[in-house]
Amino acid sequence: MKRVPDSATRVRVTPDGAGLDPAGVKYVVNPYDEFALEDAIRRREEAGEGKVTVVALGPPETAESIRQALAMGADEGVLLSCAGSHDALSVARALADEIRGREVDLVLFGKQAIDDDNMQVPQMVAEFLGLPCATVVVGLEIAGSEATARREVEGGHEVVEFPLPAVVSTQKGLNEPRYPSLKGIMAAKRKPLEEREVTLDAPTIEFIRLDEPPAPAAGRIVGEGADAVPELVRALRDEAGVL
Amino acid sequence: MPGALAFAEIREGAVSRASREAVGLARRIAADAGGETHVVALGPPGTAEAATQLAAFGADRTWVGESEGLALCQPDIAAAAIARLVEAGDYDAVIFAATSQGRDIAPRVGARLGRSVASEVIECRRENGGIVVRRPMYAGKAIATLRFTPGPAVMTIRANVFAPAGEGAAGEISSLDLEGLEGRVRTAALEQGDRDRLDVSEATTIVSGGRGMQGPEHWPLLEALVEALGDEAALGASRAVVDAGWRPHGEQVGQTGKTVSPNLYFAVGISGAIQHLAGMRTAKVIVAINRDADAPIFGVADYGLVGDVFEVLPALTEAVREARRGD
Repeated sequence: MKRVPDSATRVRVTPDGAGLDPAGVKYVVNPYDEFALEDAIRRREEAGEGKVTVVALGPPETAESIRQALAMGADEGVLLSCAGSHDALSVARALADEIRGREVDLVLFGKQAIDDDNMQVPQMVAEFLGLPCATVVVGLEIAGSEATARREVEGGHEVVEFPLPAVVSTQKGLNEPRYPSLKGIMAAKRKPLEEREVTLDAPTIEFIRLDEPPAPAAGRIVGEGADAVPELVRALRDEAGVL
Repeated sequence: MPGALAFAEIREGAVSRASREAVGLARRIAADAGGETHVVALGPPGTAEAATQLAAFGADRTWVGESEGLALCQPDIAAAAIARLVEAGDYDAVIFAATSQGRDIAPRVGARLGRSVASEVIECRRENGGIVVRRPMYAGKAIATLRFTPGPAVMTIRANVFAPAGEGAAGEISSLDLEGLEGRVRTAALEQGDRDRLDVSEATTIVSGGRGMQGPEHWPLLEALVEALGDEAALGASRAVVDAGWRPHGEQVGQTGKTVSPNLYFAVGISGAIQHLAGMRTAKVIVAINRDADAPIFGVADYGLVGDVFEVLPALTEAVREARRGD
């Protein structure tokens, strides 16, 4: 699970290009990770046994987001505390090191974090652990130790089969994540949350700077109603050359 | 001299446009260093024939791996074959199109090579012998500049940003040995939608509908416009209409949907929430049609038309049809 700026956040970059200006930014559980959490919690509920462990990597405030996951119904949390990184490989290696040695049937991720938009960590963790991996999953059926997943691809779906344990990255459509109940929020306060510092490997892609995209060139209103359609079509064909 | 390797996807015997864009960038990056451009394609027996098309796009060498099980993409086999090729070869750039396959496979290759991947790259250049890229973060609300440390620069490139490779001198075709490679997952089936329209992420023209369409029953109006705009056009949707269940999630444009860079984007009845703008602001030409003249979408639109979508759409569809007929 990852803590990310809410998608309604207006992103401002610090003047030196070093990163995001944190002022006024609201942080949330990465929306895609909520599908992963919901899937894990439902499976434990349906099985009537098992344990859902939430692992997150990031700065100390990430603990708040882990509490939210515990409030949804996860059983325990682990925070790998570090400054955070844009480098997928070193993050994946730290997560794989944490997961290795644990007895897990399913390692669930959101298909991407909506801050870095890397879409790499689940596949990399799977490679490091030597596990099967299905990405961008909108349907997941498990029978015994065999899983069948539906992946969203261009214009349709792919059906992928693999044995457990496995890594799955989840996409919108898999389920409707629940909101934490008041009871869940109270219970979350007593659930175990282990915090450990980690040191990430040096990145293989160096971050140079962050910039805001150029402001869009001012457009124009071609007119009102259907009467303006001929002018719009003329502009698209003759000025913009896109028709 | 280090060269560049591009992964080409062959669908139904044809090389996709996205793959030609990957080959185009590989040629440029390789040429800058005086190295060779190589392409790798995997598929069922018969793929070599499609690869002759690839060779005509100016790659010095096209590696073709054929196997009975590769009628559908098997990501582990693809990743292992490509990683092996990179380890044995002299490539300092490994380029995938940011398609479902490319996004799935590239990180597996990266992990095998001990390299991070730059995703959805929109600019790529050589600088002091290294490879520097720019890529969107926060769904395009910010652009990061990144430099690869020495070693292969593995990346996926955003569709419709880089120029597709044009014809070039035909290179050699070599067979790629897939012996001993096995997948941990098995792709068993591909369920294509019931439409033969392009996916929103591949289209060069997109018509997206929002709440202003007032209900799923009015989508035929948008479909008619898509049809009038031709084969390269696709339907998109705002998050509001996907959340309302009017349209499938696969059509959603925005921060929790798809980020697109078409040549032409129509936002119809879409007010322009930040998360939607993040997903489409890099479209080359944006047209907004909305009843509310104060809608934020007009702030990013190149051309705005204020009006009732039910009145404007039929007229626009007819006018587009006529304009294209005139070509």
